[in-house]
Amino acid sequence: MSALISIRALSKTYRRGNQPVPVLLGIDLEIDAGDYVALMGPSGSGKSTLLNLIAGIDKPSSGSLLIGGVDIAALPENDLAGWRAAHVGFIFQFYNLMPVLNAFENVELPLLLTGLGKAERREHVETALAMVGLAERMDHYPNELSGGQQQRVAIARALITDPTLIVADEPTGDLDRQSADDVLKLLDRLNRELGKTIVMVTHDPKCAARARRLVHLEKGVLLDHADAEAH
Amino acid sequence: MATPLPIKRGLSFAYVARNLIARKLTTILTASGMALVVFVFATVLMMAEGLRHTLGGTGSYNNVVIIRQGSQTEVQSSLTREQANLIESLPGLASADRGQARITREVLVLVNLPRRDGGGLANVVVRGTTPTGMLMRPQAKIVAGRAFRPGSSEIIVGSAMTRGKIGLAIGDRVGFGLRDWTIVGVFDAGGNGFDSELWGDSEQMMQAFRRNAYSSVVVGLRDAGSYDAFARAVAAQPLLKVDIKRELAFYADQSEKLANFIAVLGQTITIIFSIGAIIGAMITMYASVANRTREIGTLRALGFRRGNIVSAFIQEAALLGFVAGVAGLVAAAFMQFVEISTTNVQTFSEVVFRLILTPAIAVQVLLFSVFMGVLGGVLPALRASRLEIVDALRSI
Repeated sequence: MSALISIRALSKTYRRGNQPVPVLLGIDLEIDAGDYVALMGPSGSGKSTLLNLIAGIDKPSSGSLLIGGVDIAALPENDLAGWRAAHVGFIFQFYNLMPVLNAFENVELPLLLTGLGKAERREHVETALAMVGLAERMDHYPNELSGGQQQRVAIARALITDPTLIVADEPTGDLDRQSADDVLKLLDRLNRELGKTIVMVTHDPKCAARARRLVHLEKGVLLDHADAEAH
Repeated sequence: MATPLPIKRGLSFAYVARNLIARKLTTILTASGMALVVFVFATVLMMAEGLRHTLGGTGSYNNVVIIRQGSQTEVQSSLTREQANLIESLPGLASADRGQARITREVLVLVNLPRRDGGGLANVVVRGTTPTGMLMRPQAKIVAGRAFRPGSSEIIVGSAMTRGKIGLAIGDRVGFGLRDWTIVGVFDAGGNGFDSELWGDSEQMMQAFRRNAYSSVVVGLRDAGSYDAFARAVAAQPLLKVDIKRELAFYADQSEKLANFIAVLGQTITIIFSIGAIIGAMITMYASVANRTREIGTLRALGFRRGNIVSAFIQEAALLGFVAGVAGLVAAAFMQFVEISTTNVQTFSEVVFRLILTPAIAVQVLLFSVFMGVLGGVLPALRASRLEIVDALRSI
């Protein structure tokens, strides 16, 4: 496998008032295409910041970040937005569905940024919702769905543009054990059957154990690379 | 990896509209405030339009009103019998019976009549006219009773004088000019200024009011092109120090001051009100942005650009304005049933008119309302678009 994500000496420093707050201190990391990586670490270790940088929703202070050969830190804002739309699928802890849109429309959202016609969009959305087992619920609004179902809708939304990379921030953090298990099984399928590269932040060791590889962060530096050829 | 997908469209209109519906109460309250402003604005425009329609539609194009030079209205003017005879002999006039020129010598007097609502006296125009004068205003038709008989103390009243504040009726006796006059008929001139007048015999009015001069002379032109020839002939007469104007233009000009006054006053009030409504819309939209911070962060993460976010919020504010505009306009439409009786500041006489809603007013008012919404939405929309994605996603 070739490296999809290539990170060299990546640092990120926030400012709190006049005070610089270093969060990531010179990270070096390669993630292969098709890999499934769990980023672990205590609160404040910088794992979410690293995920945000990889997802292209935050910019590094220094270092290089190449994804698929593209230096995303150098992309102008609008190009970066276009890059995210095309290449990244997002899964959030609290699902982040639009409450005024039903399941179908939520999944369709990213397709509104493509040139697909209405019929094609419908076909894609139906396929994605069927894949997460919610074909029957496409007319339901988020408040009519359980947490697990909402997260599955969010996964369908993350899949819909067929992105190379899926980033997940505590995807099971707000779910009961059964729903969490369903979501993790889905992520497994995305990785194994569809070959999606997944980078996931999690606190939960059981969740992390599903990944192929664990990356530990503490105080802004990588501790070790534990290969976890799980199951 | 492939190159970024081209951006084809932004957020759907359903997303924009449903966000307004989702906040029903806030939307209704804000839209109500804006609708009230729209209602006031529409009503003022309808009032000015109604007045223009009433006075602007008075008279005929081929009739020419002649008054003393420098007098703005018929009431202020006086023309002697000699001057009237001279006018009759000028070229360009249409023929009435037996080859006589089509001409009517009229007397205009303002009389005080009691208002039925007990609100004191109203200035009403009494017009002494002639049978030819009535023929020259074919739009004024007798709708009840009959025409006045020449040489008698009979009068007929415009239909607007039978309603509202004055409320005259056939058979009533009205005292003015040291006589009692009997109302024998009602005429309707299609809602124009004549409908606010009382008409009787010109010579009888002269006697009653001790006048030896007419207020105006109205002549009928032979054809539309005769105006210039007639005007030249009038100018060539040293004895005729008069102003002439086509009848339609003459009455339209008399409505301008009042119509403009209403429009300017109304627009001033509307502008002041609209500032309040715009601030209301702004507060609503700021609240909308604050409640949806994480949603905005999510949309940005998914690849929607700042421009998409600005556009969605401005569309939402514009829709809010449009909804308010429609509501205000519907309410204003009911004002068409209202008839207003007031004093024309230019002629000091009572004029009765209806509020008129035209398509042009509807469009103007809707655009105004959408504009109020957009103005209220711009700053909140920009704020929404400037949120940092990471910060926005962290918000509750």
